[in-house]
Amino acid sequence: MDTVGGEVNTSMLTACVKLQRSPAGSVPFLLDVALQIPAGITILFGPSGAGKSTLLDCIAGLAHPDAGRIIAGGETLFDSQVGVNCPPQARRIAYVFQTLALFPHMSAEENVCYGLDGMPQQERAARVDEILKAFRVEKLRTRKPAEISGGERQRIALARSLITQPRVLLLDEPLSGLDAELKAAIVDDLRAWNTARRIPILYVTHTREEVDALGERVIAIDHGRVISTGTPMEVLEAPRHKRLAQAAGFENLLSGTVVDLREADGVMRVILNGSRCEIEVPLGYAAAGDRVRVAIRAGDILLATSQPHDLSARNVIEGKIVALETRGTLVRARVDCGVEFIVHLTPGAVRSLNLAEDAHVWLVLKTHSCHLVEE
Amino acid sequence: MDALLLSLRLALCVSAILLAGGLPLAYWLAYSNWRGKFLFEAVVALPLVLPPTVLGFYVLVAMGPHGPLGKFWQTFFGHGLAFTFEGLVLASVLYSLPFAVQPLIASFESVDRKLLDASAVLGAGTLKTFWRVILPLSIPGIVTAVVLSFAHTMGEFGVVLMVGGNLAGVTRTVSIDIYDHVQSLEYAAANRMALVLLAISFAVLSLVYAVNRQVGRQIGRRLWTPWAAK
Repeated sequence: MDTVGGEVNTSMLTACVKLQRSPAGSVPFLLDVALQIPAGITILFGPSGAGKSTLLDCIAGLAHPDAGRIIAGGETLFDSQVGVNCPPQARRIAYVFQTLALFPHMSAEENVCYGLDGMPQQERAARVDEILKAFRVEKLRTRKPAEISGGERQRIALARSLITQPRVLLLDEPLSGLDAELKAAIVDDLRAWNTARRIPILYVTHTREEVDALGERVIAIDHGRVISTGTPMEVLEAPRHKRLAQAAGFENLLSGTVVDLREADGVMRVILNGSRCEIEVPLGYAAAGDRVRVAIRAGDILLATSQPHDLSARNVIEGKIVALETRGTLVRARVDCGVEFIVHLTPGAVRSLNLAEDAHVWLVLKTHSCHLVEE
Repeated sequence: MDALLLSLRLALCVSAILLAGGLPLAYWLAYSNWRGKFLFEAVVALPLVLPPTVLGFYVLVAMGPHGPLGKFWQTFFGHGLAFTFEGLVLASVLYSLPFAVQPLIASFESVDRKLLDASAVLGAGTLKTFWRVILPLSIPGIVTAVVLSFAHTMGEFGVVLMVGGNLAGVTRTVSIDIYDHVQSLEYAAANRMALVLLAISFAVLSLVYAVNRQVGRQIGRRLWTPWAAK
């Protein structure tokens, strides 16, 4: 295999993958996605069990789709129609696992050199120096993985994968378990490394924070299908699916029934199940009488102690505070308005409004803070 | 002392052959997805439960002048197999097979599959992955396999008696020698030999545990101990 002096290209990764799995004793799983991943970081976001890792395994050649096509760097690596199936060792697709899988019996340098067989000594040494420097782990050369700290192990794993000059980099939650600052530093180094090479990097995560920290492009998948693509804002601020809304941190997920549509205003009115609360939400694909689900972030809800007037916000709901729970710098208020809302407040707001349990309050919701989500 | 030297020579030959043949066999048994694999696993484990005399009997029949092995050996080497050192080696290899192969399988299977995946995506083929990842991480299992097949061969009795008989310098191993001495009421001589065998067995097992602990510490996990075999 030729990993030496290969042309660094800017081509896309194309992955069309269909894979049916029927593990004994569990529900059958169907993965059916078609993705175009350009150079740069793309986030693959979705809840656990959505099929993210399986998709990466298919791209790397560790799992075989029933049907589909995988093209990287202009070369077809898998095509079920013409019977092409390149083995993983010949794909030049780097893959960093969640567990990193550093070889425990080798030093950091030996780990990094692993993919450089058959390269002249001098060139190999130059490459190792360059990549250890790029990921700031030069001092760890002779250490074994067990003697290296968490964040540095991640850096070694990245260096080991990238030194082979792969066509694509797959990252399966490699930075989970690191604190935000450490994570950001590593991602910065990864970005810097990739500015010169411009390869597609597919980064899998199921946490919202990582999407915000990394995101240029996000592809959300669930139950083996792509449910949304776009910028982090587009995908996570207006989730269209219940599971995605939960994953994206929408505290309020309320079921309701559509009362009527007001196309001219771009809104529809929804009565929340089990209450007399009627709220106005942006117009969606629904008809009067349809059951829908509305997602609202706890931080998007305003709270007032007297009935507010003259507001642009269309939804003002009367209720009573059931509980106030302080969590660090955040106070979580549970407000009973016939249905229960979760509202996030600051401790300062709680003090200045003299909020207490059983207090009579009004909730204010902007129409565009109410997102319709699918089941 | 002839008997002791013969036993040592036999044990060395058998463990060398078992190491060379056991590695690929254990690799296949550990990693193959073939459905019929369990049959081979059963065959490999058979000597663990079979009385040595039963195994010895069939090997003797196969090696006899009318048996397939005996005929084959006669054609190529001009003499039969039964009651020869070569015959003894062959029978001992079969008899000690599970003691070599099972620790190897256990240690191959305990290598994290993700390491093998990582090796593959870094461009390594099956052979490189085996040499650079699986083998170094299986050292305790390999030491256990060699040492156990050595010790087991040193102490075998039934198979040797069936296949090799009792020819001084050719097939009279330590355990046969001890039996001979006891039969002729030479208890002191029997005791000398028995003590040597006991000492060797103890030394060998101490070595296995020591290596397991030492290497296990280095690579961060305990591997195989003799009595944890499947």
